[in-house]
Amino acid sequence: MKFLKFLLVGIFFGIVLVKSEAVSWYRIYEMFKFQAFHMYGIIGSAVFLGALFIWLFKKYKLKSIEGKTMDLATKDKGVARYILGGTIFGLGWALAGACPGPMYILVGTGVFSMLIVIAGALLGTFAYGLLMKKLPH
Amino acid sequence: MDYILQPWPWYVSGPLIALVMLILVYFGKTFGMSSNLQTLCSMGGAGKYSDYFRLDWKAQRWNLTVVLGAIIGGFIATQFLSDGSAIALSAETISDLNALGFSEVGETLLPPEIYSWENVMSIKGILILVIAGFLVGFGTRYAGGCTSGHAITGLSNLQLPSLIAVIGFFIGGLIMTFFILPLIFGT
Repeated sequence: MKFLKFLLVGIFFGIVLVKSEAVSWYRIYEMFKFQAFHMYGIIGSAVFLGALFIWLFKKYKLKSIEGKTMDLATKDKGVARYILGGTIFGLGWALAGACPGPMYILVGTGVFSMLIVIAGALLGTFAYGLLMKKLPH
Repeated sequence: MDYILQPWPWYVSGPLIALVMLILVYFGKTFGMSSNLQTLCSMGGAGKYSDYFRLDWKAQRWNLTVVLGAIIGGFIATQFLSDGSAIALSAETISDLNALGFSEVGETLLPPEIYSWENVMSIKGILILVIAGFLVGFGTRYAGGCTSGHAITGLSNLQLPSLIAVIGFFIGGLIMTFFILPLIFGT
């Protein structure tokens, strides 16, 4: 039962991403062509509200249901891994039209060829695991 | 009810995505979809080949449950909460894609030119999907996060590394959209 709340959050997330059309290849193409405000509005408003509430969580030292303060982990310092990894990710994102969340969600919408993209993503993850010590971070 | 069945505008969807992130933080977790790729490799025994996969995957079951929910959510949204209306893309997007050989632009979530089995079942078609997936998987693990972990959570937490990663997302996305997609699909 302790997993039920996560299942519900996932269902809600899946519905929101389909209804927002953020899972659409076409919307990603349109975003990278700067031809509509839609995706920028979604990400922008999510970050604006997210930043506001994370700031409030910290300011008032609110506790999570586990009783701990809700501090998000800071990301490790560095430039190379973020710019290089980010660029590789961006190439795949614009080709597949889906990032990891939408990949799973789209399987639920009935696009089973997306399973091939997920298999590719697992292969890419495995390749990173093998090569990580040789890559600049 | 019409408002639910129609596509949702950005000013509804964006705040609801922030809500998903905040709920997970309130549950003592974090919003990161690509971590699941590492977890799945771990479960499959990849720990034999790299320390990167030697982790306690059972501690990540909550996140796999979110993924399971997301799949169910995708099913519910398309089966019960959609009126089948086409995606209201900009006219320029539609004409640009027509020029690349895409027809029926926006009538479904994904272009049949990439995702229909007819096109997937060719060397070129399957390579597109495998390579696209590979780039996403490799890139997101190298960068330590994807759209949810960096663009939404990291930027909300004012993390400079996440801003650098998002700049990377756009460098890659723009190169693909402006230079490589025309090579793949243009005739």
